[in-house]
Order: sequence, then structure tokens, then C-alpha cells
Amino acid sequence: MQKKVIFRGVALPVALLLPQLLITGIFFFWPAGQAVWSSFLREDAFGLSREFVGFENFVDVLTDPNYLTVVWNTAVFSVSVAVLAMAVALFLAVQADKAIRAATAFKTLLIWPYAVAPAVAAVLWLFLFHPQIGIFGRMLNNAGIMWDYKINGGQAMTLVIIAAAWKQVSYNFIFFLAGLQSIPKNVLEAAAIDGARPFRRFWTIIFPLISPTTFFLLVVNLVYAFFDTFGTIHALTQGGPGLSTTTLIYKVYVDGVQNLNFGSSAAQSVILMVLVMAMTAIQFRFIERKVHY
Amino acid sequence: MASLDIQGVRKSFGATKVLHGIDLAVRDGEMVVIVGASGCGKSTLLRIVAGLETATDGKVLIEGQDVTPLEPADRDIAMVFQTYALYPHMTVFDNMAYGLKIRGVPKAEIAARVKEAAEMLSIAQLLDRKPRQLSGGQRQRVAMGRAIVRHPKLFLFDEPLSNLDAKLRVQMRAEIRRLQKRLSVTSLFVTHDQVEAMTLGDRLVVMHEGRAAQVGTPMEVWSRPADTYVATFIGSPAMNLLPGTLEQGGAAVRLAGGALWPLADGARPGADGTKVTIGIRPEHLTVDGAEGVAMVVELAEPLGSETVLHGRLPDGTALTARVPGAAAAERLSLTPDAGALHVFDAGTGKRIDPA
Repeated sequence: MQKKVIFRGVALPVALLLPQLLITGIFFFWPAGQAVWSSFLREDAFGLSREFVGFENFVDVLTDPNYLTVVWNTAVFSVSVAVLAMAVALFLAVQADKAIRAATAFKTLLIWPYAVAPAVAAVLWLFLFHPQIGIFGRMLNNAGIMWDYKINGGQAMTLVIIAAAWKQVSYNFIFFLAGLQSIPKNVLEAAAIDGARPFRRFWTIIFPLISPTTFFLLVVNLVYAFFDTFGTIHALTQGGPGLSTTTLIYKVYVDGVQNLNFGSSAAQSVILMVLVMAMTAIQFRFIERKVHY
Repeated sequence: MASLDIQGVRKSFGATKVLHGIDLAVRDGEMVVIVGASGCGKSTLLRIVAGLETATDGKVLIEGQDVTPLEPADRDIAMVFQTYALYPHMTVFDNMAYGLKIRGVPKAEIAARVKEAAEMLSIAQLLDRKPRQLSGGQRQRVAMGRAIVRHPKLFLFDEPLSNLDAKLRVQMRAEIRRLQKRLSVTSLFVTHDQVEAMTLGDRLVVMHEGRAAQVGTPMEVWSRPADTYVATFIGSPAMNLLPGTLEQGGAAVRLAGGALWPLADGARPGADGTKVTIGIRPEHLTVDGAEGVAMVVELAEPLGSETVLHGRLPDGTALTARVPGAAAAERLSLTPDAGALHVFDAGTGKRIDPA
């Protein structure tokens, strides 16, 4: 039962909402509006003049074969990061939920990576997997596996996926653990008495009961992979080799900041915005129905 | 349907000893109620039988087979929890069918068995609902149904009625008993409620601080309590315990206040002057009598057909009496019914029977 509080008058509710609205307005709606407006403009090479070109930027972007490659990269990257980060987190959370001794220490250790800045995390992975100076990079090469993520696109993608997922595991872990701990112990005991083995208990009782958490994390992880992994990619591979680790958000940066093609970059960010909005809407519309609350 | 044997079961959590060696034999089809105050270890004992806890020592045998090392799943038991523990994401039908599906029972048979159990519990119209759409009483029935469909060897009840309101509790209590008799499944029922224990059990186990203080039929436990704990725990209002001494070679007791009460059911062993605790149930005190003790009434609780009177003897000892009809007097003279006195050792609290 939700209690509704009804304010008299307009002034107080507006005053209470104002700080949040200001922040949203200044840091979201204004830049977003700027991006939409810029996406209809084209600037000359020296940035001296701008002209209105309508949807030409969008047409250029969407017909560019490189852009389609980047869309594919983003799909592979985002799905892999979300699945990997969630699977690992769920596995760890299940183990932590079972642990009785040293549970607190275990949890604290698992939460730490979240406090590490993306660029720092990326540097850490770089030191681990650098083909010449990285411990694992050298190990792989010594073992006869040609490992060089600066040449091999597939390896580069694997590395950024692992690094980006690693950052997100902590976050997912906290939510999964809270979700697992909210399942009444008696329900699992009842299932055990009903004859369900641990594996079956997990898939028929635990997994359905944490599905609201899983659903929420899926949305959060995909949005994370789409937007918040810029730092990781930038520090590790700069989108290379070639375009192999360039995602949509990274291309926005490359085209806008490095190539100074503001129109195209703005058009790309608008597409990205619409894409994420659509994705979230679809998720809430279709996946949520299968979620048990 | 099977017998259950609990042999020397002990349990400690770290340094805390919860069960100090419990022995109990439950016959096929019998319903045994384990009753005790909270923290006496009764739930732990039940969970050990279920396999949800591991006994530190001792054995559990079902149908003569040692199940101590077995997982709950392999013991062929069903349990009804205080919180019902229904699967919140499954319909009532799926809740009841879950255990059967796992055991690979054919679909048609599952449907038939669930239908049969649902009709028995009059929840057939609820099969498509989710647990959250049910009332407390309905959830309770579903939990029962989930236990019944499995046709287990043993039913375990862990305070299943505690979360129901008073009226529903009385109704479900009768229903559980009827069902248990009809199915004649060996059952172990844990409760803290002595009325539930008295009405439900073929036999009671009164537990106190990790020990079985007494095992017996409800009437045995009520009429011949083994010690002062059982005496005050079973029966409502609780039995009066009064300090006194043996007199006349054990044929009578003298209250600390001076009154002399003869022991009509036989002399107790022990020298004159031996300190004892005298027990008398409130309903075994009759108003007026030549040998009566004077009680100053401090509180009268009218219950309609009878009145419970709380008061004090002249020497300050608290006393409770239950008298028929309404009673309004401020001072009463009370006499114990012949043969209704219980005598306990003043030190150990153990019952002293006529020699």
C-alpha cells in the first residue's frame, strides 16, 4: 500500500523538485538538446561556419560501412560484458551466500573493484596482458599462443570485455547477494525436503525468485556497457586495432573530439540515445512480464 | 507409513548445548507432539529428524533404517513450516506438484493426486492462484496439501498454527488431527502451545532445556506430571506450587502457612519434616471446607462458565483457583479435592509417588 502525500499549493512541491530538475536540465537536457541541434548542422573543416543540412548527417552515418561494423562491435561487446559480469557475479554471490566463515571479508574483497576508476582498472589489465611486459601476456606467448591484443582484433575485444566486465562484477555481486539473502531459508528447506538437489533448487527456486534483481541488473549492465566503458577502452586499446574494439560511444568520441566532425558525432550520439531508450523500453515491456515479483 | 526412532540425539552449536540426549520411539501412525517453551530445543530436534540440521551425536531411524547420514531429500518425509514456506513464484498446483515432479511421477498421476489432496483440504478452487493471493488459512492448507500429495513416511509439523488467528487455529487444529487420523501417517508435531499439544497428540514429549522432561499420553502428563516444570507447563491456569513439609509419616503435608492436608492417594516416602513442594491444580480447589485455607482474592477473571481467582494466602504465597460459575467474594476458604495433591521433591523438583 503506497501512501500518497498531497501538497496544497504549487510552491512547495516545485521548490522541492527544483534542485533535481536543475541538475537534470543543465547536465542532461541542455547538452542533449545541443547534440540534437548539432546533428542537423555541418561545419567546415576549420570550424568557421555551420550550415543546416537536415538529416544528411544521419544518412551519412547510417550508410557508412564502418558504422555498421561499430554497431556489431557494440552488440558483441555489450552482450558479452553483461552476460559475463552477471554470470560471474551470480556465481560469486551464491558462494558468498553459502559461506559462513569469513563471509564479511569475502564480501568486502569482492566489492573493492567497484571503487577502482575505469582507467586505473584498465591499466591494471594492461600490465597483466601486455604481450611484452605483462605477466599473463608473456606467459601466453611462452606457451606458444600468439598473444598480442595490439595486432589481433579478437584478442583486443576479449581483453576489453574482460576488463569492462571485471569492473561491473562487484556491483552485480552486491545486488545478487542481497537478492539471494532475501529468499526465505524455509522455502529452500522445503524444496530440499521435497527432494530437490542443490542444482535443481537453484534453477527452479532461487533463479526465478531473484529474477527481479537479474532483470534490473541486465538493464543496468547494458547501459553500463554502452556508455560507461569509454575509459576502459580508451586506456586499453583506443578502439583498435583498426576498428575492432571501437564501440558506438568510442566512435562518438573519435569523430567528435579527434576528427572534429561535430555534425557526424552529434548525429551518432542522437542515434545512441534513441537506441538505449528503445532498448530499455523493450526490456521493460517484454522481459518484465516474465519476471516474478 | 513408518515408525520413527530417535536414539540419544545430542546437538550443540559451538559451546552451547541445545539437546542433551533425546530418546523417543514413535509408533507407526502415531502422532507425537513435542511441546516446550521457546529455546527448549524442540524445533532443533524436529530439524534433525528432517535432516536440515546434523546431530552432534545419536541416530535417527525411520522404519528401522538409519537415516542419520541421509539428505532431507532421501528421507521420504514432508514438513509443514510455521511460515508455510510456499514457493512464491508457483501456483498452488505447482507448489503441491513440485515434489512429485522431481520424483518423476507421471503427469496424469500428479494431477490426480493434487486434485485428491486439494479436495480433501477444500482448496480445489485455488489451484491456479499464487500464494500471495491467499489468506493465511489458505496458505496453511496449501502447505498441508504439499505434504499430503507426496504420501511420505513421516509428517513433520513445525509450529504450523502459530501464525493463524485464534479462531482459525482451533479449526485447523481439529482438521489436522482428523486428516492425520484418516491418513494414519506417523507424525511429529512441534508447538509451544500446551492446549494444542494436549488436543493433538497421541503422546506428548514435554521438553525443557534440551531434555525430554516427560513422555506420555496427554492425560498421563496432566494427571501425573514428572516434575514441577511439567506440572506448571501443562494445564491452564498453571498448577499452584506451594512450599510445605511431609507430616504423619508421609500421609499428609503441612503448608508453610500451617494448614494440614491429607494425601488421600497414599503416603509418600520420607521422614516427617522433609521439605517438599506441594502441587494443586486451580480446578482441584473447592470453595469452603472445614480444613480450608483462607485466600484473599486480588483478581477475579470471569470466563462465563467458571471464574479464575488469583489471590494470596495469609503468609503471602500466591494461589490460583478455578471455581464454577461467578464468584465475587473477597475472602475464600479453599480445600483441595481428595487425592488431587501432587508432591514433588523440594530440591530436584521430581515427582514423589506414593510408596
